[in-house]
Amino acid sequence: MQFKNTENYITTEDLEMAVNAAINLEKPLLVKGEPGTGKTELAKQVAIKLGLKLFEWNIKSTTKAHQGLYEYDAVSRLRDSQLGDKKVNDIKNYIKKGTIWSAFSSEEKAVLLIDEIDKADIEFPNDLLHELDKMKFLVYETGEIISAKKRPIVIITSNNEKELPDAFLRRCFFHYIQFPDHETLTKIINVHFPDIKKTLLQSALEIFFDIREVPGLKKKPSTSEILDWIKLLLVEDISVTDLKKEPKDMLPILYGALLKNEQDVQLFEKLAFINRNQ
Amino acid sequence: MYTNFFLELKKFGIPVSIQEFLTFLNCLQTNLTEFEIEKFYFLAKTSLVKHEKYFDTFDQIFSSNFNGLEKIELEKFLDKMNLPSEWLEKLAEKLLTKEEMKKIKSLGNFEKLMETLRKRLKEQKKRHQGGNKWIGTAGTSPFGAYGFNPEGVRIGQQESRHQKAVKVWDKRVFKNLDENTEIGSRSMKIALKRLRIWARNGLDEELDLDNTITSTARSGFLNIKTRPERENAVKLLIFFDVGGSMDMYVSKVQELFSAARSAFKHVKYYYFHNCLYEGVWENNERRWKEQIPTYDLLHKYNKDYKCIFVGDAAMSPYEIEMVGGANEHYNNETGRIWLQRARNQWPNNIWINPAQEDYWKFTQSTVILQDIFESRMVPLTLNGLDEGMKLLN
Repeated sequence: MQFKNTENYITTEDLEMAVNAAINLEKPLLVKGEPGTGKTELAKQVAIKLGLKLFEWNIKSTTKAHQGLYEYDAVSRLRDSQLGDKKVNDIKNYIKKGTIWSAFSSEEKAVLLIDEIDKADIEFPNDLLHELDKMKFLVYETGEIISAKKRPIVIITSNNEKELPDAFLRRCFFHYIQFPDHETLTKIINVHFPDIKKTLLQSALEIFFDIREVPGLKKKPSTSEILDWIKLLLVEDISVTDLKKEPKDMLPILYGALLKNEQDVQLFEKLAFINRNQ
Repeated sequence: MYTNFFLELKKFGIPVSIQEFLTFLNCLQTNLTEFEIEKFYFLAKTSLVKHEKYFDTFDQIFSSNFNGLEKIELEKFLDKMNLPSEWLEKLAEKLLTKEEMKKIKSLGNFEKLMETLRKRLKEQKKRHQGGNKWIGTAGTSPFGAYGFNPEGVRIGQQESRHQKAVKVWDKRVFKNLDENTEIGSRSMKIALKRLRIWARNGLDEELDLDNTITSTARSGFLNIKTRPERENAVKLLIFFDVGGSMDMYVSKVQELFSAARSAFKHVKYYYFHNCLYEGVWENNERRWKEQIPTYDLLHKYNKDYKCIFVGDAAMSPYEIEMVGGANEHYNNETGRIWLQRARNQWPNNIWINPAQEDYWKFTQSTVILQDIFESRMVPLTLNGLDEGMKLLN
């Protein structure tokens, strides 16, 4: 099983290596990188490319590790017991499978995405150590041991909001998705917009990389932003000459797609003001 | 060879464990690398390094350990296989730029070059240095490293001498992810998040399951209990030094400020100039009109507050030690006394110094303040903040 470029997703060689190492050695792959560089998309594309089912577990700040395994609904059992429901005799009726359990019980190999693991509490990754390492866990309420029928390909993304514990890192492969260079970005855009004119793409990319280089930007636009922007340019049918024309306020056409922060917009306005006075 | 590499990684502070090393060796056995040095590099990186802050160090160690390896791999390859042409082409594509490819004239065309390369590789039996026919190092042959021929194919050398084909690891693209150099507001927030005390405050909104079960069992009917949600209960009091020598650090301190504001619910901040005296102010523009007596703060905020001073600690020693030493007004009590009062009131305190740590010892006032703060002074770097948060906990 080998992962390579897909039709909609351009990979770099180092990313392919990381994914393939994780697939071959059956260990989780931890992916980090600037927001909007396609971390979550990676898992989806791996699943599509290899024709596997994808199990997605999105983590929030309130997510607890055991929710991914299973949840025991004590409250409804309590309620049912008050009503004299027969269901109450079997505890299994009140155990709900979590995403990890579902992935483990899949008959075929699957891809398990644990998205934004850093959003959860600091202890969260530690609670999953054993489960991800051995790919099995114990259902305490029933005494059942659930182990993966086929070890799934586990892809974990992180936005770096919290440091992950060493013990956890040791069990993973690690890849940092770098912001794509000019060449890769051109490829990526071509994949999404195959009909785009070369000249338009070229000048749009120039503007985009110029913006990224402006010092002091609070949020640098990234891959997903430029894709949005180019989509807008195409929808509005903006020509290369329109794009290249220096607008009065120096802000690029349809800047809303690129600059997501009013301080950044102000920064650009200030720069434009300085430019005009020169 | 690998063990040395592993030990060296450890020596330079990259936290690699035996477990990871074994994983790496396992990976090598799977033939994922296909005898390509670059793939080998990617594989080593993904299995041994688990944080982007170590990438730069890793690249350097890799470079010093494995440069020249391409050569060995190549010879092994020659022994084993019959030199597939795709591989050679790929090699050339990787090492030559478009312009260089165009320039290849002396040997005819690209195929010719490749053919010659293949022939020479076959002819070569042992390592050599110099000369102008064989592939090796420091020749004028079009092949091999250290060549001067514009179409030379680079096969192994310490660094790119003509900067034509820089290896990925020699590029050191991850230099600025190194923790000791740069710091952004986002990363500061992460550092500040170390400082957490969970407590239950406010409205009873969360179902307290354990308590519900206990009280239900006790009373014989469903008796729901709730409790307040958990939240970070850290209270912070921050004093910022403004003006004068602090101007250099404004943007850095701003980032710290915004990070602190968004990371904590209870943050109070005040400004001072150079050293703490009898008055501080909340708004820097109205600093002369609206001074707040420091005594009021000492009485208002209890010991639960953690106190952070942010300043470069660069001033004349008189400003700390002498009555009347302050440079903007006449102070009746020395700065040292005020600082000590603050430290007594808020025992959890640190001083964050944006100035470069190496220079601290050359400024007398910094040394004095370090002494007053019993060495609880940290630099404004990620590591420094980390350490500071540990001191505050």
